[in-house]
Amino acid sequence: MRHLEYVGALVIQVGHALGSLTRTLPIVGNRRRWRSAIRQTLTIGVDAFPMVGIMAVCAGFILAMQGATELHRLGAMELVVDLVTIGFTRELGPLLAAIAVSGRSGSAFSAEIGSMMVTEEVSALRTIGIDPTEFLLAPKFLGALIALPCLTILSNACGILAGGIFMRLSTGMALSIYLQDVVHSMVLHDVMTGLVKSLAFATIIVHVGCLEGFRVHGGPDAVGRSATAAVVKSTFLVILADVGFTAIFYLTGGK
Amino acid sequence: MTQEPDARRTGPVISVRDVVVSYGDRRVLDGINLDISRGETMVLLGGSGSGKSTLLRQIIGLEQPQSGRVLVNGVDLAKSTRRDLKKVRRSIGVAFQDAALFNSMSVEDNVALPLRELTCLAESTIRLMTWMKLAVVGLAEFGRFNPQELSGGMRKRAAVARALALDPEVLVFDEPSAGLDPIVAAELDELILALKSAFNMTVVVVTHEMASAFQIADRMAMLYKGSLIAVGTKEELQSSPHPKIRQFLDRVPDQIADTAAVDKYFQQYLKGGAA
Repeated sequence: MRHLEYVGALVIQVGHALGSLTRTLPIVGNRRRWRSAIRQTLTIGVDAFPMVGIMAVCAGFILAMQGATELHRLGAMELVVDLVTIGFTRELGPLLAAIAVSGRSGSAFSAEIGSMMVTEEVSALRTIGIDPTEFLLAPKFLGALIALPCLTILSNACGILAGGIFMRLSTGMALSIYLQDVVHSMVLHDVMTGLVKSLAFATIIVHVGCLEGFRVHGGPDAVGRSATAAVVKSTFLVILADVGFTAIFYLTGGK
Repeated sequence: MTQEPDARRTGPVISVRDVVVSYGDRRVLDGINLDISRGETMVLLGGSGSGKSTLLRQIIGLEQPQSGRVLVNGVDLAKSTRRDLKKVRRSIGVAFQDAALFNSMSVEDNVALPLRELTCLAESTIRLMTWMKLAVVGLAEFGRFNPQELSGGMRKRAAVARALALDPEVLVFDEPSAGLDPIVAAELDELILALKSAFNMTVVVVTHEMASAFQIADRMAMLYKGSLIAVGTKEELQSSPHPKIRQFLDRVPDQIADTAAVDKYFQQYLKGGAA
């Protein structure tokens, strides 16, 4: 029952935010929201570049090494290229980016809004006549919707590159040949499903983070708890959503 | 104000009608009726947990009652549309207990925020108006400071400047003297009186400080356990025979320990020990 209520609140918030998302767009929207959305894009996206890059390189190596031990026995080392390429574009790219953003920004959202709840800043916004969802949440939402696909592409690139380095070191395969193989096995459909996933993950992370913040009541300890809850719940929901999406793509014949 | 001057000039600015609020099974406000007239300073008095902050949140439209109505200039807050609510909110400026200044912005930007968000004024006009509001509260030189760099009293005055930004009809002040030393608290009382005489504003103050209340109030309303037990002028309240008002005015503590229960416990303990 409590979980249903939580999901309900989340859905209502997403609906409300989609309505005010147009206000953050350039030209048709409010210029200050757009500027704030750019700032959010930079903190969510650009600041996470090193972390996502390193995580993806490591995961690329791990995937290639784990795959190589088995595939070597079967004498099918060249399949490592497919494994890494498909693994990253469909799955690991968006997932790694989402986990990094959830840890870095999801907790920051809930802490920021939570402390504003404690100091009555959110109440002040409402009494002034400013919608807190539009003022605080919508720019973060747009920022994440821009940043997460970018991070996903970065994560894909780093992971695949790491696979190439592994192949060069273990089998002496030239990087240029590796990249040709990658281009062969990469399908636009896979890349697109990865990017669609990343948009869904962005929505989950922003809305769980902000909802946790808006639900803070009481003192500073509640802010800390909300930040933890934001990371735990958003990571959990990201993985749930991932299963859902993968199942849909699998069943609708996306190979 | 130009459309129907008569309807808006007559009658109370804020009227609270049979408002009931409960959290869970705890009834916080139990059928409150209160009218606040134009140009008066109304002080809401009450101890901790009397429901005065809840009543304040009702008046400024942050929460809605389970039953009853809150009317601001004749507009029901619970039934009004988003646009009406926005208009009503513009006519009420709120200074929160801990100032609630936006920590991510300078004091200047805090005061300018309502103007930037809700008006189409040019930036130069907004700057001038911001400076004027800060000057009214004596913070003209502190515009570029961050809220954290100001003292508690200054932060509260900055909050007043922000509340005044849109030239509201009503200024609502939550616990102006909480957390301040007596001198700074007295300065804030002076500020409230000055604003009232300069702009002929309606002021609503929530407090438990008797000295401050008697200094600024035209009328007072005393809350006790979610009910209004007295509404009247200072003199009326001072001469009231109501035991709870006397207790509050004379600073008599409630009996905290339930002595009868303690006695009973000991009796039983002794009996049990003897048997």
